[in-house]
Amino acid sequence: MGNNIEIKRTGEYEWRIPRIGNMKVDAIIYASEKLIKDMQKDITLQQIKNVAMLSGIQKYAIALPDAHQGYGFPIGGVAAFDINEGIISPGGVGYDINCSVRLLKTDISIKEFLKYRHKILETIFRNVPSGVGRGGRTRITKDELKDVLEKGAKWAVDQGYGKEGDWKKTEENGCMGDAKADEVSEKAIQRGLPQLGSLGAGNHFLEIQQVDKIYNEKIARAFGISYEGQITIMVHCGSRGLGHQVASDYIRLMEKEYGFKHLPDRELINAPIQSKLGERYYRAMCAAANFAFANKQMITHWLRESFNGVISCKIDVIYDVCHNIAKIEKHEVDGELKKVCVHRKGATRSFGPGREEIPEMYREIGQPVIIPGSMGTASYLLVGTKKAEQISFGSTAHGAGRVKSRAAALREFRGNEVRSELAKKDIEIISTSWKSIAEEAPQVYKDIDEVVRVSHGVGIGNLVARFIPVSVMKG
Amino acid sequence: MNEKYYYLEHTADAKFQACGSNMEEAFKNAALAMFNIMCDIDRIKNEKEMEVKVEGDDLKALLYNWLEELLFILDSKNIIIGEVKNLKISKMENYRLEAVVNGDDAGKYEIFNEVKAVTYNEMFIKEEVIGEKKRIIIQVVVDL
Repeated sequence: MGNNIEIKRTGEYEWRIPRIGNMKVDAIIYASEKLIKDMQKDITLQQIKNVAMLSGIQKYAIALPDAHQGYGFPIGGVAAFDINEGIISPGGVGYDINCSVRLLKTDISIKEFLKYRHKILETIFRNVPSGVGRGGRTRITKDELKDVLEKGAKWAVDQGYGKEGDWKKTEENGCMGDAKADEVSEKAIQRGLPQLGSLGAGNHFLEIQQVDKIYNEKIARAFGISYEGQITIMVHCGSRGLGHQVASDYIRLMEKEYGFKHLPDRELINAPIQSKLGERYYRAMCAAANFAFANKQMITHWLRESFNGVISCKIDVIYDVCHNIAKIEKHEVDGELKKVCVHRKGATRSFGPGREEIPEMYREIGQPVIIPGSMGTASYLLVGTKKAEQISFGSTAHGAGRVKSRAAALREFRGNEVRSELAKKDIEIISTSWKSIAEEAPQVYKDIDEVVRVSHGVGIGNLVARFIPVSVMKG
Repeated sequence: MNEKYYYLEHTADAKFQACGSNMEEAFKNAALAMFNIMCDIDRIKNEKEMEVKVEGDDLKALLYNWLEELLFILDSKNIIIGEVKNLKISKMENYRLEAVVNGDDAGKYEIFNEVKAVTYNEMFIKEEVIGEKKRIIIQVVVDL
C-alpha cells in the first residue's frame, strides 16, 4: 500500500516526501521509526502526498505522529491554505466536525473517589445520554437549535448548564463567531434536534481518571493539576448527526459545482475559500462546531450534578480542544505573518506562549493540549509551543489512532474479556453495548505513549501530566 | 459467509460488499449490510414502515443518497431499519429510487456502532458475469 512511496528521513522524528509530480509542496511526517511503519501499512502516506497537491497549500502538508488512513485527508493531517488562492475541504475537517475533548479537574483524590466509584459511574450513565438512536434528555425547538448553532457553549450556560468560567476555558471561547445557522440544512437540523446533549457512540467516551505522573510541576499547577492521585475527567464527543450531515451536504454541493476529475482523489473535493460555496461551508462548519461546544457544556453540567449527588466536590474546566476543524489563523510563511486557513483533521491546536487565542489565565504559559488515549490506556496533558507554530502551523497529535480494523478487533477480542482485562488493572467500564467494548479494545490503537513521546521529542507539544483511567463510560 | 453481503478489512472505518442478481437487490442488501454494522438486524422487529424516495445524477450518487437517507431516518426519528421492500430504481433525466423500509425504535436494541456517514471512498458498483449468470456487486466504505 503506502510503502512504495519514497520517503526520506530528515531528522530523528522527521521524514519527508519530496515534492514530485503534481505536488505543490513537500509532505512532512513527524514520527518515530515504529510509527512510520504503522503508517506504511495503509494509505496514510499516499493521502498526505495527495494533500500536498491541493491549490494554495503553504509550506508543506503535515502528518502527525498518530496519522492513519482517513477520508481524503489522513486522520492526523494538517494543511494550511492561502486565504486568497487556497481551498477549504470538508475531507480536511472530517465528518465529525469539532470532534473534541474537554478536560475537567476535581478537588477530590483517588482515595475519596474509590469509596463511591460504582455509584458515581452509574449515576453518570443514567444522567448523560449515550449510544445510538437514543437521543438527548432535552427537547428543544428548531429556533432554539439555531441559537445553539450561533452561540455554542454560551447558549448552554445561559440556559443554566454550567457557569461562565467554563466557556472562557474553551478553544474559541466555546463559540466560533463566524457561524451562520442559515447555512445548515433543514436535514442537518432535524438530525441534531434529538441529539443535543448526548455523548454518541463509537470512540466517544467519558472517563474518570487519576493523575498518574506530573512532568512539569510549574505548568501543571498553572493548569490546576496539583498532585498525583488527583481525580480528573475527560469528555470526548462531537457534533453528532448534525455535523455529519453538514459534511455530506457540502461534499454534495461542491461536487456539483466544481466536480472532482481534477483531483487526485474524489474525497478531496473542495471549494475556493473565497467562493460563495467555500464561505457557506465554513460558516456551516462553524455552526456544527458550536453544536459540539454546547453538547460538551451540557454534559459537563450533568457530570457536576452526578458527582455532587454522591460526593460533594468542585469540578472545573481545565480546557477544551477541537480535533476536527478548519480555522482562519495567522502564521509565519516565508518570514511574513500571513492569514491562512488551517485544516486540522485529527489534530490538536498547540499554540505557544503569547498567542492572543489562548485564554488570558494561560497566555503566558502556552495552550493546554489534551491528548486522550484509547479505552484503558493513559491520556496526556501537554502544553503548546512556539516550535509548533514554526513547524506544524501550531498543531500536534490528537490521540492514539487505530492500527487494527474493527472486524479484526471483533475476531480477536470479546467484550466481556476486554472488560475483565480492564478490571485486572482496576478500571471499571460501563456501556450500552458489549460488542462496542471489544471494538475499542486497547490493542487496536497505536501506542499513545509513543505518540506523545514523539510530540515532545519534536517539540510540537511538551509533556505536562499523564492520567490513567479509573472509571470509563463508553458511548 | 453471507451471500448477500460481507465485510472487508479497513483500519479505521467499515468496508462492505453487497451483491444481488440485479441492481435493486444489490441496493437493498447494501442497506442491510450498513445496518448490520450497527446492530444484529435479524433481531429488529419491523413495526414502523416508511416510504423512502431519493434521486442521484449517477448510480454512485444514488447509492450514496439512499444510504444517507436511511442514516437520516435513524438520527432524526431514532428508527433503526431491519427490512427493505419494493425497492425500485428508474432512470429518467436522472436516477430515482423508491422503497418501503421497515424498522423499530433504536433505543430497544443493543447498538454497537455508530455509522456517521456514507463515503465515496473505494466505492464501486460493478456487474459480474459468470457463465449465464449476472451479478451486481457494490462496495461501500462507511465512516465510523
